[in-house]
Amino acid sequence: MSEADATPLISARDISKSFAGVEVLRGVDLDLMKGEIHALLGENGAGKSTFAKILAGVHLPTRGTLALNGQPVEVTNPVVAQKLGITLIHQEPISFPDLSVAENLVLGRSEDGWFSKVPWAEMTREAHRYMDLLGVHIDVTRPMRGLSIADQQMVEIARALASDSRLIIMDEPTAPLTPREVETLFGIARRLRDEGRTIIFISHRLEEVRALCDRVTIFRDGDKIATDTIGNLSDADIIRLMIGRPLKEYMHKHSATIGDVALEVQGLTLPGVFYDIGFSVRHGEIVGLGGLVGAGRTDVARAIFGVAPAESGTVKVNGKAAEIEKPEDAIALGLAFVPEDRAVAGIFRTLPVEQNITAAIPGKIAPAGIIRRAVEKSLAQDAVKKLRIRLASVKQPIGELSGGNQQKAILARWLLADPSILILDEPTRGIDIGVKAEFYDMIGELAAQGRAILLISSEMPELLALCDRILVMAEGRLTAELSRAEANQEKIMSAAVPRSQRVEEAA
Amino acid sequence: MNALRSILVRRETGIAVMIVLFTVVVSLYKPQFFTLNSLRVILLLTPLVMIAAMGQMLVLVARHVDLSIGSMLGLSAMVTGMMFRDMPGIPWGLGFVVAIGIGALLGLVNGALVTLFRLPAIIVTLGTLNLYRGLTFIVSNARQVDRQFIPSELKAMSQTSPILGIPWIIFMAFAVALATYWFVMHTRVGRQIFALGSNPVAAPLRGIKVTQVTLLVFAISGALSGLAGIMYASRWGFVNPSNTGFGFEFQVIAAVVIGGVSINGGVGSVLGVVLGVLLMGCVAAALPLLGIPGTAQGAIYGAVILVALLIDRSVRQQGIAGLRIARA
Amino acid sequence: MSAADTTRNIAGREAAPPRPLLHVILVRPETMTLALLILAVIVASQLSPFFLDINYILRSFTLSAEFAIVALVFTMVIIAGEIDLSPAANMALSACLFAWAQASGIPMPVAILIGLAAGLAMGALNAFMVIALQLPSIIVTIGTLTLYRGLAQIIAGDKSIRVPDWFIGIDKVLVLGIPVPVVIFVVVSLLLGLILAGTIFGRQIYQIGTNEVAARYAGIRTRRIKLVLFLLMGLVAAVAGMMTASRLGSVRYDLGLGGELQMVLMAMLGGTYIFGGRGTILGTFLAAWLLVVVSTGMTVANLLPAIQLTVLGVLLIVAIIATNFIYSRTQR
Repeated sequence: MSEADATPLISARDISKSFAGVEVLRGVDLDLMKGEIHALLGENGAGKSTFAKILAGVHLPTRGTLALNGQPVEVTNPVVAQKLGITLIHQEPISFPDLSVAENLVLGRSEDGWFSKVPWAEMTREAHRYMDLLGVHIDVTRPMRGLSIADQQMVEIARALASDSRLIIMDEPTAPLTPREVETLFGIARRLRDEGRTIIFISHRLEEVRALCDRVTIFRDGDKIATDTIGNLSDADIIRLMIGRPLKEYMHKHSATIGDVALEVQGLTLPGVFYDIGFSVRHGEIVGLGGLVGAGRTDVARAIFGVAPAESGTVKVNGKAAEIEKPEDAIALGLAFVPEDRAVAGIFRTLPVEQNITAAIPGKIAPAGIIRRAVEKSLAQDAVKKLRIRLASVKQPIGELSGGNQQKAILARWLLADPSILILDEPTRGIDIGVKAEFYDMIGELAAQGRAILLISSEMPELLALCDRILVMAEGRLTAELSRAEANQEKIMSAAVPRSQRVEEAA
Repeated sequence: MNALRSILVRRETGIAVMIVLFTVVVSLYKPQFFTLNSLRVILLLTPLVMIAAMGQMLVLVARHVDLSIGSMLGLSAMVTGMMFRDMPGIPWGLGFVVAIGIGALLGLVNGALVTLFRLPAIIVTLGTLNLYRGLTFIVSNARQVDRQFIPSELKAMSQTSPILGIPWIIFMAFAVALATYWFVMHTRVGRQIFALGSNPVAAPLRGIKVTQVTLLVFAISGALSGLAGIMYASRWGFVNPSNTGFGFEFQVIAAVVIGGVSINGGVGSVLGVVLGVLLMGCVAAALPLLGIPGTAQGAIYGAVILVALLIDRSVRQQGIAGLRIARA
Repeated sequence: MSAADTTRNIAGREAAPPRPLLHVILVRPETMTLALLILAVIVASQLSPFFLDINYILRSFTLSAEFAIVALVFTMVIIAGEIDLSPAANMALSACLFAWAQASGIPMPVAILIGLAAGLAMGALNAFMVIALQLPSIIVTIGTLTLYRGLAQIIAGDKSIRVPDWFIGIDKVLVLGIPVPVVIFVVVSLLLGLILAGTIFGRQIYQIGTNEVAARYAGIRTRRIKLVLFLLMGLVAAVAGMMTASRLGSVRYDLGLGGELQMVLMAMLGGTYIFGGRGTILGTFLAAWLLVVVSTGMTVANLLPAIQLTVLGVLLIVAIIATNFIYSRTQR
């Protein structure tokens, strides 16, 4: 913060937000200074993204006030935010794929009437200018569809510049980027800061926050825990503030006896997505699958489970070659898959909890095709008890449950199928911290029962705490296999970084 | 080289090639197809479809569909025809104002139902398709407006020609197409329609007034159906409560989708639709020459819609997202 | 829910209390349908004493019975999250093929088989485009509806094809005093109602309609179930087409014209949710009777058919608005 302009760009006071009666943000006070890069840190669901969205007008605060340059403002929607000079850049930028880059840049900026003329030439010229300013080479007349995510982010940043934004919020911008793209992004961010703009940077990666940011604010469970200059905090401090207790408490590990190979994958390839994936998981073993978002981890899981089968390669289940072309095949072989996106691929939102829980065991609840309601209900109720799912009634629509309890119900669905191989894709994403610990216990227990578990996770502490072995993927390939003893955050991270980039950088 | 390639892979080029191929094949078989007269026949078949197709294109680009255009055409033609019949001496030009106005109003009702109640356009316009057709019977007392009541100046528009023997209504249809081109390419709201169809979730985040734009799109579709209604009166010289505009929606949808307008919204060009309409006109003009009965037309429209869907699917590598009834 | 009473209340955020049973029943859309049906009967009986004559209502029902039967399957297709606008055209084409076949000397049983096979084939074409090619069923069935009706027109031209005398008059045959089409409708309603509510097949239809992706992940054979539904739709439409041929005594290409509206109307009036996942056979069953009472009432009141069309169009829009409103109120 070289410039000592005393008035903060943004002063947030007592900002709170509730969704359907659940408070996700409580009384946040925060000043953002001009010419600083400010990191927001916290676990998933800690409230940092909600706070950012309130600044950008996506959400309205339930309580609290915002001031811009000392003047109270109401950011009622994203368009107002844009006019006030606040731009939110989403991780996967929102764009209009059928419109040209230049059009995407200016859309929504103009106040002109409906029938005013579209100044194509001027628009294109201006778009070129901003691209040059950012030092990126994108043909502004081509449609957005097909641009890489990094380029889409650049278009978003250009859009922020075009509307002369004073505050640019980047919500986990680096997750889908290669290291080189990250460097470009950071260079631009620093330049924008030096111009006196304010940047909010949301990330999970401490090293990035250290490299880029001036100050950091840490959120936990909807509260602002601390704001400080980055230099004043050690990594351990930050982690402690984020999770509210030392990392060690997470270390649950049931001692399971590791048995025969349950799942063996060889040479699994889906061109353009993943290549030559080979690994095995034994009964009683928890194998982690780490890597950056977009490395192809979920795609491998989907291929094994038959949702989107691989083109070549073999899958063996309990030593026998398995032909898995659709999920039914996988389920028949004793596989189960708890997918990453609960709302999209997990729950039947409006259907009762019991129907959600019994969805994967038609044979058990309806042996002759006719549903036995008593059987269904007792199976569901047992599962509710066993997994401590909090609900009013098993007849309740599952959409009325909290995220953690929905996730438990999905897990319950698969446990009823009694799988010998369980694939969990980001099982604790968006779940309260308390419930998270319950999940860790459960996963350990499941392994102790002799099930083979493949755990996909982006949270390295989670992998390190739970797994017997950790596989790491980058750019669709397996890049490391680490035993429990040798695994640590640095090794996982260095294997997760795309290889082609590392070679180039080494050279 | 790149420019050439991009022209070659464009949908418009594909349809143009289809038109040429079709003409060549039919002309080899029946040389009389390749005459100026048959060009006139083709062109005379197209103006109504072309005008309504411009509206349907906008509706599809915005990720909706309008099944009620035939009924809107019928109702506005009927009211206009009755006005001519019951108020003799009224300036015939006023008919255009009335027909377009009524059409716009009916379209606005469609749009209001879709946006206000967040209903799927397919069901709403299936309802209004019947509702407006019923209203046509009610206002007309189920009676046809006969030839002698349609102003001769109006009928003359389909017969007299300013140039090359091509009647006025064809020029009007192309004028509408040009105006639509200008509208979608050079006005802000025109681009907003494409943006809305391209990403309906993001549209409001960029200040696009989704409700108003949707209302406008349906109103335009209605207004152009109304215009097609009075041109129907001009072209055929009568308005019948049951026939006028009946089944018109399928012709128009067929022409629009073969013209490359994506059913997934956001994609479509005026040139493509114009060519699609001309292609359909060629087919319709060739049928009697080839000895195929006119009753085959319905089946052809249906087949064309399905073929267009197949082309659309194979053109897009990523395939069509598993879209179901679009949630408004 | 005010923000004040849920401050950090973990239990409060975990679960909402269950709703009272009475409330659950009252806000079901079928309840609305039943109430409307009772209301319609009362109003109609004021209009004309005929309406207290059950036989009169039964006879009136035979005019809509074919559409009503198809509407039952249509309901299941909607619940599965798809739509099929082609069955009315399917009725026409399969009836035309059947009539054309028997008129050209093919033995009657074979002609009937041809009609049924045609119906199945049309269902299969819809299924192929929607399931295998993953095209949206709205547009696909707009296309096939045009195609099927157009093919019927090619086959029959503008003429009507007569069917043999013995084949005519299914609606005049009574079983226990009830016309056969009504009996068929009731039996099919019971059958499909039990299947939809009581079997795993029915359960999975709801699950697919609620969230197709989740259904696939849960190992539900979504494609197979949809295939069965489209095929059933085709078969039932063919049966309905031939029932119509029997009732009318001859077949024209415009048989069942406008039937889409009737079927959609019955499903929507019965509280089927247009976006899938919700709805019942009972609702459609009640709605079919409601529609018959309303239509007959309008006829008795000497309303022109055109006005009836207008009323039906309005009714469709009102029904879907009301159904969506009820579901949005009861689902959070």
